[in-house]
Amino acid sequence: MRFRVNPKTGTGLGVLGFFVLIAAIGPWIAPYDPSAMGPDLLRPPSMRHPFGTTQTGQDVFSQILVGTRGVLVVGLVAGLIATVLSVVVGVTAGFLGGTADEVLSALSNVFLVVPALPLIIIVVSFLPDASDLVIALAISATGWAWGARVLRAQTLSLRQRDHVEAARATGEHTWRLIVFEVMPNLTAVIASGFVGTVIFAVLSEITLSFIGVANISNWNWGTVLFWAQNNQALAQGAWWWFVPAGLSIALLGTALSLINFGIDEFVNPRLRTSGRVRGEKGARTRAGFTPVVRTGGDRS
Amino acid sequence: MTFLLRRAAFYLVTAWAAITINFVLPRMLPGDPVQTMITRFQGRLSADAIASLHVLFGLDAGESLPTQYWKYWENLFRGDLGLSFTFFPTTVTDVVAQSLPWTLSLMGVTTVISFVLGTLIGVYAGWRRGSWLDGLLPVTTFFSAIPYFWLGLIAIAVFAVNLRAFPAAGGYAPGVVPGFTAEFVGSALYHAVLPGVTIVVSSVAGWVLGMRNMMVTVSSEDYVVAAHAKGLPERRVMLRYAARNAVLPSVSGFALSLGFIVGGTLLVEMVFSYPGIGFVLFQAVNAKDYPLMQGIFLIITLAVLVANLLADVVYLLLDPRTRKVS
Repeated sequence: MRFRVNPKTGTGLGVLGFFVLIAAIGPWIAPYDPSAMGPDLLRPPSMRHPFGTTQTGQDVFSQILVGTRGVLVVGLVAGLIATVLSVVVGVTAGFLGGTADEVLSALSNVFLVVPALPLIIIVVSFLPDASDLVIALAISATGWAWGARVLRAQTLSLRQRDHVEAARATGEHTWRLIVFEVMPNLTAVIASGFVGTVIFAVLSEITLSFIGVANISNWNWGTVLFWAQNNQALAQGAWWWFVPAGLSIALLGTALSLINFGIDEFVNPRLRTSGRVRGEKGARTRAGFTPVVRTGGDRS
Repeated sequence: MTFLLRRAAFYLVTAWAAITINFVLPRMLPGDPVQTMITRFQGRLSADAIASLHVLFGLDAGESLPTQYWKYWENLFRGDLGLSFTFFPTTVTDVVAQSLPWTLSLMGVTTVISFVLGTLIGVYAGWRRGSWLDGLLPVTTFFSAIPYFWLGLIAIAVFAVNLRAFPAAGGYAPGVVPGFTAEFVGSALYHAVLPGVTIVVSSVAGWVLGMRNMMVTVSSEDYVVAAHAKGLPERRVMLRYAARNAVLPSVSGFALSLGFIVGGTLLVEMVFSYPGIGFVLFQAVNAKDYPLMQGIFLIITLAVLVANLLADVVYLLLDPRTRKVS
């Protein structure tokens, strides 16, 4: 796999791996019970409490550690479900064409245009129990459309390729054509769609927790921010209460974006910046002209 | 023209879908929102309010689903979205009408600023691929990975609490009477600075990145090489040849990212207690005020559809290919 060599992707995967590790072992290595109240009220970071304490003496560091799992589980589950949905809808629409395509495209366009966040808020608050799984389902129900659209466009350009035509001519079933001839060529697009959806899911979940729609007794980074906001952490100058959670979100999001850049550059080599010849300042090719060998018939 | 008509038809279908989702949701999901509401507001609900709740959530005994659907549409056309419970006895329509102008002006201005600024930076970054501007990419990525609302919290902590340079909450100073007076407009602008800057900072990165990547792709097209070969000034090639074509996906993507921008703006309003629709939604969510939540969802969706139609018109003006009769 060549794109693993890419430093951006490497950094991204490293940071993501770190968070996955924390998600796995967080509850065991947390020095305190995240909900337990302690004697030190609203203390800035110290040796005993690396990220300080809340108004009721809870340890913020433990809350972040324990909360990592919820964030990653919801993000990955929602990303997985949404990706499966987008593959099913997008590839089917692109490959079959005709009425099926019209209907499926219209469906995904509707979901693209309707603002996702208010919809998720409404769906989740109508449900009696907003558990992590329910939230993941609601997020994936609204987050699949973008991937479906991209996959449809890619499939459209793939379905007339020679190798697909050849397989078709030998009398392969439609589903075999889709799964074995088209899908392998979509791997990078599907991967980048998955990563993108995970970013979306993580941000949505944290947002839902922050505004108090999700179950606030489950610890995640959004819940930490919810309590910080509701206890006037800002006005009291308790920056340590909300800074770690936000930085964690940003770090995780950046890591995922970096992985996606790597995939993008793998798919579209023109986007690479590292491939430029160094020390050749005077002779900058103005047009950035890249000779590309075009094989006939697939100018799509 | 056919292009616009087709888009308009699509938006009508989408509007219908959104309205129908709004109708179906409370009927499909478990639990009885009306009963919950009646218990919560023991005795404070008038018979009128309960009746309108029943129409809204369709828990009318003995009425068939199609009849409920018909009644729902009738109410909608009269602009009757039910009564809000948080702001009882104000109607949802009134609450929305009061807060919508705040949101529209805040979001409209910040979105335009962020789009123009981001696109311009993207044009330069893409044209000078490999220059120091590419070093900005990881920074912008980091900023776009920060949730809007958290950036808002930081902005409040730094500029409102510590430096006391800007107000931390509200849309205008208490005591100022809303109206078209210099005092009110000045106060409103002053209060809009922090939320506005927050939105621009966190949304600009997306435009930079999209435009930069499109510029990189477009600058190796034959017509750009040809323009260089003609000896046109670099600036002209960059703006009139490369950027002109590279901006098209940004414009069509504009429509699609609007839903995301709306979500972010709602959150920024919640954080800043800005008197827009997002803050109202926040209050509605906390009070489980279902009629208000549904009304807000409907209005936001319709507004986004209208904005999409406008973006389509712009696209039509920019891309002559769509104007051809196919």
